[in-house]
Amino acid sequence: MAALEFDRAVVRFGAATVLGGASLAVAPGEFVSVVGPTGCGKSTLLNLAAGLLAASDGEVRSLGRKVAGVNRQCGYLFQGESLMPWRNARDNVAAGPIFAGVSKAEARAQAEAWLDRVGLHGAGHKYPHQMSGGMRKRAQLAQTLILDPPILLMDEPFSALDVQTRLMMENELLSLWQGDGSARKTVLFITHDLEEAISLSDLVVVLSAGPATTPIAEFTINLPRPRDVAEIRHTPEFQSAHVRIWDVLRDEVLKTYRRGVTA
Amino acid sequence: MTHVYRLALAVVLLGLWFAGSRTGVLPPLFFGRPEAIAAQIVEWFRTGEIWPHLAITLTETLLAFASGTIGGVLTGLWLGLSPRTLAVLDPFIKAANAMPRVILAPIFALWFGLGMGSKIALGFTLVFFIVFFNVLQGVREVSPVVLNGARMLGASRRQLLRHVYLPAAMAWVFSSLHVSVGMAFVGAVIAEYLGSAAGVGYLILQAQGVFDVDAVFAGIAVLTACALVLDLVVTLAETRLLVWQPRADVPRDS
Repeated sequence: MAALEFDRAVVRFGAATVLGGASLAVAPGEFVSVVGPTGCGKSTLLNLAAGLLAASDGEVRSLGRKVAGVNRQCGYLFQGESLMPWRNARDNVAAGPIFAGVSKAEARAQAEAWLDRVGLHGAGHKYPHQMSGGMRKRAQLAQTLILDPPILLMDEPFSALDVQTRLMMENELLSLWQGDGSARKTVLFITHDLEEAISLSDLVVVLSAGPATTPIAEFTINLPRPRDVAEIRHTPEFQSAHVRIWDVLRDEVLKTYRRGVTA
Repeated sequence: MTHVYRLALAVVLLGLWFAGSRTGVLPPLFFGRPEAIAAQIVEWFRTGEIWPHLAITLTETLLAFASGTIGGVLTGLWLGLSPRTLAVLDPFIKAANAMPRVILAPIFALWFGLGMGSKIALGFTLVFFIVFFNVLQGVREVSPVVLNGARMLGASRRQLLRHVYLPAAMAWVFSSLHVSVGMAFVGAVIAEYLGSAAGVGYLILQAQGVFDVDAVFAGIAVLTACALVLDLVVTLAETRLLVWQPRADVPRDS
């Protein structure tokens, strides 16, 4: 059984068809990246899986169950700032357990432990506006992981970070994901950065240019784990995967580009 | 240095007033005399005559402020989250807000009598709309990412209200409290002025009736001082409760 399964999912906004019958299966414990041209509907795919958006046609199944309403099996790492600005780092991380009815003291203790794990030891008292972009991403990560969701949805989570911080966060994400030997989480990772996709994933899915986007190709990445995202880019295997995928992606990017130029 | 300039400015203005009243440029019958005004204020506090009036005016102000704020927050949250009801009520709300509410004071006096009730009612109508519109704005401008974030963390509708909408709206409420605390005061004093048997507004009305301009100015001075103190209290509450907001004078890490 797939952890996440998109079954001919269609999303329309008024007259515009964003997703045109997208089918995709993500196996349990697999790290899958989705790449595609700007504005092709990558985030729409995630919002469907999260249950924040309902499919106009077709359906999405999460661990075998049809998604209807907010999908509690998923944690969602947003591209934007999802931390509550009125809560400090610790209370932001503690929010999930508190919503679930865990006592405040217990939730805060768990949150402190998670802050340590994402490298925010001693920063629990800081409010989001007092933290750097990288620290906020770490807090968001801890906020999501504290609930231990079997599926992780990530929407270009590191796109706003500078290159060094980004590489560091990617490595830390991988080590958290490979984790302590318990069952690996299923990850659906959206990015427009092909290098990021290859260095993190088991499988890279290329989406077609919009409108009516669908997945058009899948590439298995057989790079050994654990990986160092910075170093792995220099290996010949990485290079050849990049060439193969870019060959497909380039045409879609060009289609989007031409449409943008002529429009 | 700013303090020195401020003090100097106050001294100069009072000095000009004093000199003007002495030379007859500012006739004391219309403009009062600063030293007589000061003497009147001292007299009020020495004899204790002012206390019951001040207590009544402040009680009216605080009750109008509290009821207007609570009413505005609750209504703002409710209508902010029920767009359909808001669409129906919108013209009525706009009409009620556009109405010159001071004119309601005689009607409130009919309904609630000449006591504190009619004063609180007028203050309420002034405070309510300020807070209401700010909360409405606050609810509308809640970041959709923060909202979806909380939903993905499992927040129920009720928890969204308590942990997302309310704190987001509070920032807007606080920015409106400075205006609304002043309005509560205006409501209380105007209503007293238009018909009452006690309060600082009543005191001013009495003084006016006997052409005691000094006492009128003394009343205004006391009210102004009280309004400044209330504003200070709001500022203190704000800095305590809104620590999470970025402030220009606090540098951020990066």
